[in-house]
Amino acid sequence: MNSPDASTVTEALYEKRKAVHPQRIDGPFRRFKWLVMLVTLGIYYGTPWIRWDRGPYAPDQAVLVDLANRRFYMFGIEIWPHEFYFVAGLLIMAGIGLFLVTSAVGRAWCGYACPQTVWTDLFQHVDRFVDGDRNKRMRLDKAPWAAGKIARRSFKWLIYLVIAFWTGGAWIMYFADAPTLTVDFWTGQALPIAYITVAILTLTTFVLGGFMREQVCIYMCPWPRIQSAMLDEKSLIVTYKDWRGEPRGSVKKARRDPGHFGDCIDCNQCVAVCPTGIDIREGAQIGCITCALCIDACDRVMGEVGRPRGLIDYATLEDCEHEAAGEEPKTVWKTLLRPRTLIYFTVWGGIGLALLFALGTRNHTELTVSPDRNPPYMLMSDGSVRNAYTLKLRNMESRPRDMEIALEDLPEAVMWTDAIGRNDAARTQTVMVPADATRTVRAYVTAAPEAGSQKFSFRLTSLDEQREQDRTETLFSAPVGE
Amino acid sequence: MADKRIDEPTGTEFVGHEWDGIEELDTPMPRWWLWTFYLTIAWGIVYVVLYPAWPLINKGTEGVLGWTSRGELAKELDIADQARMSFRNALARVPIEQLPANEELMQQAVAGGNAAFKVNCVQCHGSGAAGSPGYPNLNDDDWLWGGDLKAIEYTITHGIREQGNDGARLSSMPPYEGVFEPAQTNALVQHVLSLSGKAESNPVGAQIYADNCVACHGANGEGDRAQGSPKLNDAIWLYGSSREEVRRQILQPRMGMMPSWESRLDPATIKMLAAYVHSRGGGEDFVEVAEDPAAKADEQP
Repeated sequence: MNSPDASTVTEALYEKRKAVHPQRIDGPFRRFKWLVMLVTLGIYYGTPWIRWDRGPYAPDQAVLVDLANRRFYMFGIEIWPHEFYFVAGLLIMAGIGLFLVTSAVGRAWCGYACPQTVWTDLFQHVDRFVDGDRNKRMRLDKAPWAAGKIARRSFKWLIYLVIAFWTGGAWIMYFADAPTLTVDFWTGQALPIAYITVAILTLTTFVLGGFMREQVCIYMCPWPRIQSAMLDEKSLIVTYKDWRGEPRGSVKKARRDPGHFGDCIDCNQCVAVCPTGIDIREGAQIGCITCALCIDACDRVMGEVGRPRGLIDYATLEDCEHEAAGEEPKTVWKTLLRPRTLIYFTVWGGIGLALLFALGTRNHTELTVSPDRNPPYMLMSDGSVRNAYTLKLRNMESRPRDMEIALEDLPEAVMWTDAIGRNDAARTQTVMVPADATRTVRAYVTAAPEAGSQKFSFRLTSLDEQREQDRTETLFSAPVGE
Repeated sequence: MADKRIDEPTGTEFVGHEWDGIEELDTPMPRWWLWTFYLTIAWGIVYVVLYPAWPLINKGTEGVLGWTSRGELAKELDIADQARMSFRNALARVPIEQLPANEELMQQAVAGGNAAFKVNCVQCHGSGAAGSPGYPNLNDDDWLWGGDLKAIEYTITHGIREQGNDGARLSSMPPYEGVFEPAQTNALVQHVLSLSGKAESNPVGAQIYADNCVACHGANGEGDRAQGSPKLNDAIWLYGSSREEVRRQILQPRMGMMPSWESRLDPATIKMLAAYVHSRGGGEDFVEVAEDPAAKADEQP
């Protein structure tokens, strides 16, 4: 222990969280953050209330994850469980989208759109509204727990709780008809899972947004660590241009000793506004979510002292080297358009186009056939051979449709089903498939014994103006010999 | 701990591990993390007190709540039984003739019968209900005692040739061992096979058939469900259709036995089994059977 300073740090078993009290700031990036917050929260809270008419057999909620009936509705698109690859595709697009954004503009997701950032921002505005700006809040923090402080804290936490509850409440609206669920929820008729989900999300929002805040980004979230691997020297990150700022000195000192000091006047505004409580002048670090509020703060100060803006700015590592060497920085377009971002964009767009193509050409009528294997064939009293099949007729339109099942190949054979009956055995059968449903039909195909084992097909045709078709090949089994 | 070293830029102590010049720092954990850790320990202690936890020599600690996974299973089975009660009650109330009219009940009955079949019937009739020589195939359209729901239910309830059950279906083919000369037997076998077009008919065989067999099997081998005598003019042969097999069945007939299930299964389960067997593709409608004398015989208790 040669350094007394260090020993105080190293001997502690834990590190107490240092409360962050970011100061109010205005500027282009702050306004952009307001906009993003408005849009993202608006989408989150509002989407379940958008209506979308799908006719009498389907729900009229625009976005609905109907877990009970295993359907996913998104405006004009309806996804069945077997089409989950569309959702998987969307998730892959979201992943590659993050790669694209990160390699181009660094941790923009963290800085603007991540729910943790948006809700933390919202809760910090509540802090400001109840307790005042940075200095007042710091004073209140240190103040003893008197009546006034207790009243303020209770009021603030109550607002936290209302926001948290509203957040949890909005989540469940995606899984059931929103107006009905709201009534059920408040009259105590909703399912227990609805109350449990709201309770859990209220708790997590209250704790993560109200108290954990930047600790989530620094200790809990894997994304910042993954991002450090995705950033390269060509990515835009929030940078303090130390070659321009150092050595730091106040305006007064600079006046006394012109030529010695850099542009940074060491006013600490960049630290005061930071929502994660870091000092950007120490360089790129895991705690920086690149929200760019320090850029707003520094630009304002630079304007006040009459120095050029951009001492703290979005810049690439490569540009910084060029700029430090006195060269012209690259334009933003040149920074954004480079092979890596273009490749990411191409892959991202390719998947998107493939999904759209698959969505546009998908068939709303499907047939699956599973032949009975035990027994594979039956000998009937008139000497003919009968095979049994389980057919699944899928009607993905939200209206009931008549469908025709027909035998292809296998001449002379006839079929009857559990719906039609043996007396009406024929080459084709028509059955009604209910709206947005799969109907299971047992089909019995009878052929003369001379037919022998052979492949044949069932063809399913929807008997409406669409005339959609699906054909499934299967096997007709017959005894060998004879 | 003589060589404690401090990392200059962060002021944090080194752990002492080094890989290719990269060293690990002993960064302190955040306080909330530690609290969470203590909380899990407290949770663990509470859990050990409440629930079974420590394995001992003969048996583990039981926990003050007395929870067991077997008890949990029994509770869940109870709940499942409760849930099935309404279905079973409904099934017990509905006469089997009216079962097909209630589509949903019928579907449930078929599903329940499928499960009961796997437990009680597959030993003889096979898991696909396709039977084997001597054990009837239940998928086809050939029924010795009738193939409508009621006839099937009756057969399952009372059994076939089951001693001690007054309602059991009885039929008996007398053995003809020593009655005919071998040549006569050959001629009779030839005639029986000719009924389904498997051989040429002959006058000797036809005469013997008319004298001995017509009463039960009918003039053209059409059989008689009232007494459970098999059709001889179709393609289905319970004991085989080779000359040797037919000859043996005439001289020393084998007659299978099916146990009565009324003392082992409740009426609802028997209804489910009847519905399942009927659904295998060979089930007959009541409409056809209404004119059939066999159905009338079935209606006797």
